[in-house]
Amino acid sequence: MSWIDVGALDEIPLRGARVVKTRSGCVAIFRTAEDELFATSNTCAHKGGPLAEGMVHGRNITCPLHNWVYSLETGEAQGADNGRIPTYPVKTEGGRILLDGDAVAARAA
Amino acid sequence: MQKLVVIGAGMASGRMLEHLLDAAPDAFEVTLFNAEPRGNYNRIMLSPVLSGEKTFEEIVTHDDVWYAANSVITRFGESVTAIDTARKIVRSEKGETPYDKLVIATGSAPFIIPLPGHNLPGVVAYRDLEDTNAMIEASARPGAHAVIIGGGLLGLEAAAGLRLRGMEVTVLHISGHLMERQLDETAGYLLQKDLEKRGIRVITRANTKSIEGSGKVERVLLDDGTELKADIVCMAAGIRPAVALGHAAGLDMGRAIKVDAQMRTSDPDIFAVGECVEFAGNLFGLVAPLYDQAKVLAKTLLDEDDTFVVRELSTKLKVTGCDLFSAGDFAEGPTREDIVFRDPARGIYKRLVIEEDRLIGAVMYGDTADSNWFFGLIKDGTDVEEMRETLIFGPAFQGGGGAAADPLAAVAALPADAEICGCNGVCKGDILKAVEGGAHSLETVRAQTKASASCGTCAGLVEQVLAVSLGDSFEMPTAKPICACCDLTHEDVRVLIKTKELKSQPAVWQELGWKTPNGCHVCRPAVNFYLLADWPLEYRDDPQSRLVNERNHANIQKDGTYSVMPRMWGGMTTPDELIAIAEAARKYDAAVKVTGGQRIDLLGIKKEDLPAIWADLNDAGMVSGHAYTKGLRTVKTCVGSDWCRFGTQDSTGLGIKLEKRLWGSWTPHKVKLGVSGCPRNCAEATCKDVGIICVDSGYQVGVAGAAGMDVKETERLVDVASEEEAIEWTVAFVQLYREHAKYLDRPYKWVAKVGLDWVKDVLADESRRKSLVERFDLSQTVYQKDPWAERAAPAEARKFQPLADFTQEAAE
Repeated sequence: MSWIDVGALDEIPLRGARVVKTRSGCVAIFRTAEDELFATSNTCAHKGGPLAEGMVHGRNITCPLHNWVYSLETGEAQGADNGRIPTYPVKTEGGRILLDGDAVAARAA
Repeated sequence: MQKLVVIGAGMASGRMLEHLLDAAPDAFEVTLFNAEPRGNYNRIMLSPVLSGEKTFEEIVTHDDVWYAANSVITRFGESVTAIDTARKIVRSEKGETPYDKLVIATGSAPFIIPLPGHNLPGVVAYRDLEDTNAMIEASARPGAHAVIIGGGLLGLEAAAGLRLRGMEVTVLHISGHLMERQLDETAGYLLQKDLEKRGIRVITRANTKSIEGSGKVERVLLDDGTELKADIVCMAAGIRPAVALGHAAGLDMGRAIKVDAQMRTSDPDIFAVGECVEFAGNLFGLVAPLYDQAKVLAKTLLDEDDTFVVRELSTKLKVTGCDLFSAGDFAEGPTREDIVFRDPARGIYKRLVIEEDRLIGAVMYGDTADSNWFFGLIKDGTDVEEMRETLIFGPAFQGGGGAAADPLAAVAALPADAEICGCNGVCKGDILKAVEGGAHSLETVRAQTKASASCGTCAGLVEQVLAVSLGDSFEMPTAKPICACCDLTHEDVRVLIKTKELKSQPAVWQELGWKTPNGCHVCRPAVNFYLLADWPLEYRDDPQSRLVNERNHANIQKDGTYSVMPRMWGGMTTPDELIAIAEAARKYDAAVKVTGGQRIDLLGIKKEDLPAIWADLNDAGMVSGHAYTKGLRTVKTCVGSDWCRFGTQDSTGLGIKLEKRLWGSWTPHKVKLGVSGCPRNCAEATCKDVGIICVDSGYQVGVAGAAGMDVKETERLVDVASEEEAIEWTVAFVQLYREHAKYLDRPYKWVAKVGLDWVKDVLADESRRKSLVERFDLSQTVYQKDPWAERAAPAEARKFQPLADFTQEAAE
């Protein structure tokens, strides 16, 4: 696994998100109230809503377009909706955000 | 006999000497240096000394008698200035002392923030007896003020001690909640509440600017202009390992002196112990690992085998009456689950963090009786899968059934003088009296006490009071809670936020028994609004509790682009504004739409371009039209008496005045106004939230119209003669709506619930009308700011860009 530095942790507010652009679409990086990081595809499985613009609550994200709720841990849609978004390994080290480079590259391949 | 020199008489070296001299009293001739003019004492017990609960003599661990009995040569008050590793001597003020083995136990030094004025007399750290005595001395004068910089363990103990000595104490903490390294938000909130109860003022997110005074400290200034009186300032902003000696001696250093598991440094004859060491990347600040190190070092010095291992640590605060416990890891990690238990009535909060069926972290506040049991589970890595369901209830519940949280707990906890019905000033005690007198239903209670007889929003609460006092014999009508995160309705939450003076999200989550850590997309925006509407100065709007449009200050479209709409006051514009809009539309490739609200919408703007187009429009004098908020949208007008041959009043002018007064305010749902210059009603004012029709004799103010999912004509609120009165009634109506309506109820829905008669009654009371206007204006001092201008600035604009962009890199 190769880790790619995508920015400083401070750049994402608690209960917030930012996107990382890759050649095959955007990855959303979420930071929870408890300072945990999660990375998923930025694209909602329903109508393609940009998930990084949604609301982070607990370890869930609500899509800004039609309120689909996904688990950030598994990428599974919650409740009555059926769908799944890809999740990617991400971690922090010394205040920097490291995203799994292989996962990002695999998307591009 | 080998010569052992020990530098530093702290808690670690004291314990090490005990082990060493117990095991082999004659192995070494020991010389003990200490920069402080005294021997070993229990430094962590300085807090009870500060508070007056103990004397210094009671916390001395080794006295002169002990040193003499153990033949320890003491060199107290004498600093070691250098170590010569080649000649194996230490240099001090009084000369050279040779060693065969050397132990560095220099501990740590408090971190003094280099603020302007940090050198003034009266600025102390909280590390040794001198600091403690300086604080005790300052507290002797009646009414003296203390400012503690740092809301960690040490700072809070200092605060509590000084408060017990009668000082006026303020704690400044830079982070959002106290003890953020050991506690989560909720536990930090409860701790703050407990400290405030004892009269300690706590300011979080406090950035200290300077310490001032002539000749000695007199006051502390914060970045936001706050000025605090101070007779003493205590810096408790953390500690740094004191490692200058080790560094100068050329030992291997990390953040402190590196040691192996036998406490050896890189020099075979030099050892280190305590807060000045770094082991496997760890630094140490709590006493338990220091004692472990001391034991290992004593063995190493005697050539016996032992190994230091880093253990799980737990924290407790030594402030009488603040019961908190924190252990393990309660943050970061994708595969973790939380179990949360809240008992608002008793101020109890417990949170367990589980990973792969093991308990890995625990935070508790208010009831820490089971903390050792949980700590044991963490240390032992016990498999908790079997007891997961009842785990949070502690060891007593294992094998038994669990108890569910009581949804009525919040109401049961209210004191008798808590106001339930704000309209009629009815307290919980009045209702209980009525219940005792035989009123056993909402209707009879209402008839006897007038509780819920006016606006009715407290009806749910009254029913809960009935349920609490009558138990099972009262059948609760089923009210719909906000969402699955809580058991309360919007109306209940609104009332409780006021009655219980809840001024932060963690306060709401805790006191109202929320079942999720921080709400969801349904309840959090509502709670955020209620808090900012009720506490405009104490609470600040939280962007992370806003849905996308309100967070990004533009409307998201189905393709993920945004629309941008500048304000056109009362629907008036100028050639220059139109040119700027046209140029912006061309520059950012926007579709252009004229809207029903008399403005121009630019569609298809990329998120990255938002700050730039805002800056362009700002440059032409335009501000955000808030076309995306639950707030004031537009005030639609006709040309009125300025141009129209039928116009009776200056409807355009009134519209502009209303828009300039109301813009920027947050409301439960969007608010649209219209002002027509005559009853022909060209501005379609009669289907607006507030619609004013100008007539010869003055102004007809109508409210609660609708032209969306429902279509409904406005109802007449009042007829007034002057423009000023029309504005006053409109502002007061909007504020009443802000204070009472359920989030996402448009005014017409809210008025249907509370009744137009009630609204009229409230607003017809001149003093209430004027105080509503006052409260609205107060809120506007905070919120009437152009969000575009704030976000077009470079530091903020950056947040609209991707964090990183890999689309260009590696392209062939």
